Amino acid sequence: MRNMTQKTERREDQVARRVLKGLAWGLLGTAVLGLLWVGISILLDADSIPRIVAGFYDLIGLGGQADAIRDRGLQETFSRLIIAAFAIIVGVGGVWILFTALNKFVDILPYRSRAHLRPWMFLAPALGVLAVYLIYPTIQTLRLSITEDGGFADNYSFVFTDPAMQIAIRNNALWLIIGTTGSVVIGLLFAVLADRVRREAFAKTFVFMPLAISMVGASVIWRFVYAWRPEGRPQIGLQNAIYTSLGNEPVPWLQLPPGNTFFLIVIMIWLQTGFAMVILSAALKGVPGEIIEAGRIDGASEPQLFFRVVLPSIRGAMITVATTVFIAILKVFDIVFVMTGGRFETEVIANRMFNEMFKFRNFGRASALAVVLMLVVIPIMVVNIRNLKRQGVGQ
Amino acid sequence: MTAVVGEPPVVDTAIAEPTVRSARFRRFTSNVWVRVTVFVIAFIWTVPTVGILISSFRDPDAIRSSGWWSAILHPFEFSQWTLENYSSVLTSNGMLDAFVNSLLVTIPATVIPITIAAFAAYAFAWMRFPGKSLLFALVIGLLVVPLQMTLIPLLRLYGDLSLTGSFLGIWLAHTGFGLPLAIYILYGYISTLPKDIFESAHIDGASHFTTFVRLVLPLSFPALAAFAIFQFLWVWNDLLVALVFLGTGSDTAILTAQLNELVGTRGEDWHLLTAGAFVSMVVPLIVFLGLQRYFVRGLLAGSVKG
Repeated sequence: MRNMTQKTERREDQVARRVLKGLAWGLLGTAVLGLLWVGISILLDADSIPRIVAGFYDLIGLGGQADAIRDRGLQETFSRLIIAAFAIIVGVGGVWILFTALNKFVDILPYRSRAHLRPWMFLAPALGVLAVYLIYPTIQTLRLSITEDGGFADNYSFVFTDPAMQIAIRNNALWLIIGTTGSVVIGLLFAVLADRVRREAFAKTFVFMPLAISMVGASVIWRFVYAWRPEGRPQIGLQNAIYTSLGNEPVPWLQLPPGNTFFLIVIMIWLQTGFAMVILSAALKGVPGEIIEAGRIDGASEPQLFFRVVLPSIRGAMITVATTVFIAILKVFDIVFVMTGGRFETEVIANRMFNEMFKFRNFGRASALAVVLMLVVIPIMVVNIRNLKRQGVGQ
Repeated sequence: MTAVVGEPPVVDTAIAEPTVRSARFRRFTSNVWVRVTVFVIAFIWTVPTVGILISSFRDPDAIRSSGWWSAILHPFEFSQWTLENYSSVLTSNGMLDAFVNSLLVTIPATVIPITIAAFAAYAFAWMRFPGKSLLFALVIGLLVVPLQMTLIPLLRLYGDLSLTGSFLGIWLAHTGFGLPLAIYILYGYISTLPKDIFESAHIDGASHFTTFVRLVLPLSFPALAAFAIFQFLWVWNDLLVALVFLGTGSDTAILTAQLNELVGTRGEDWHLLTAGAFVSMVVPLIVFLGLQRYFVRGLLAGSVKG
């Protein structure tokens, strides 16, 4: 009897548990679907964030709050933060869900096609993204550069003969020569010298740090160094403060060509030297001490040792650094865009491309500029990748 | 990293002993100049940032009336110090919203390409399928495409799909731009994992998917971390892609775009610009100081980004 009741109790228990479980799963499922829906609608339209939050407030009976949000937009960063966390989870989770689903799909298929399809399941998302975001646009841009605006002849003759473009090309050449040389030479000098001081890592941190800073941030930093006030007012920019203390009148550095281009290049050197220094320093440490000592025994002087023994040994690293900095400088945009917007004869190709695209809507000319950039990048990149392969990096 | 130099010459220790000593002596005499040069370069490299940092804590009137260096000379004039700049740049100038947007853009734009690239790199390294080497060469070849090449067609495509100004749109764009490099780096690492582990996993009945998730991902941690840091900083510090695909609206502007906006509209309000610049630099500097080892690896690896 007792046993029976216990059994029925247990059965009832189990049924109850099953019902509860079902309910819980149902709720969870709806919640997940709802969350997914919210996440996806945010992704498709950022403006929907306030609407969704307002809807949520309506739902829990805070109509006043909801109206306030609808009127003034979403000011509460707190709820914004929650929504952001949410979108991040959806975005990051989404890609994993995609791969798991693809894998499950392949599992269902008959054994033979499974083996054939599995590699493509691993590759499909990558190939799809590459096709849409790199291959299709590249072909399209090539086409636009010869069909839109005045067609091939007009667009490309603009690139090479327009007076403003000639200034841009001249400036880009200056950037490439001074910027690349400056970063590599100072980086190498610092790497060699820091190698001989006691707190090497500490000293290097200072030169290395700008690498973490964005070009926009760096532009603000240097805009403050170059800041100019009319004569008679206190100079708060470091450069003019030093310059005026030597008895000169203050100079609006960024407005006077050709010096202003040089002052913009200084920012790039400031940013890139750390990169050159780190890679060259690693290479220098790899030069075996024995060959230097052997050179010393043979009576080579210090400069001879450096130029004949050390430099050839780090040739590969030098090529890596020079080509990388070269490409970064070739495509420089942010610094010019933030500092001068290309005025005062500081124009460069990438900034002009942006302006042709967004300001003037000359898509054919902008495309031609992009094509020219790519044509210059290709040989440099080939040298870089070959050089990396020879050194076994990425292997 | 270095080119391999042939057999190191054997040095007789009896001869080497005095040369090492004389080298040490030479090193000692030149050390003063070496130290001075190192100090001067490090000093010049740091001063501009210090100027911004100090100014960001100074009262607007103090910034206008004297250079930031005078604050170092008189650090105890407490009336000049303030936190006001940060609170006003964060709230009324939209940097806090921009900060959230930067996180919202950067985290998925780092995780998504790494995941997709890791799967692809595994397939290229350890699976058999026709046309493998040709496809791989194509992927590596895409390293040469500057992202300027892609902007106009993508903008038109996004216009048709109404993806302009959406976070999904910029995540996918950054994914596309980072993918060739990610595949290149991760392939380099994953293809050198020992063959035995794959064979034994296969014998134990593990599928490719399980092998990838349970074995390859954990083992490739150094390469994944290096690329993650590189991509994170790249996306966080990017201006061009953000301007093109998200614009400068207050709902979507990320830190770099918002800071650029401040330069345009409040160009002489240095108390706002300095504080704003620092807000935009905080996360990269923490990543940089905290994860310097992986940061350097990421740099080495990232040197081929097109």
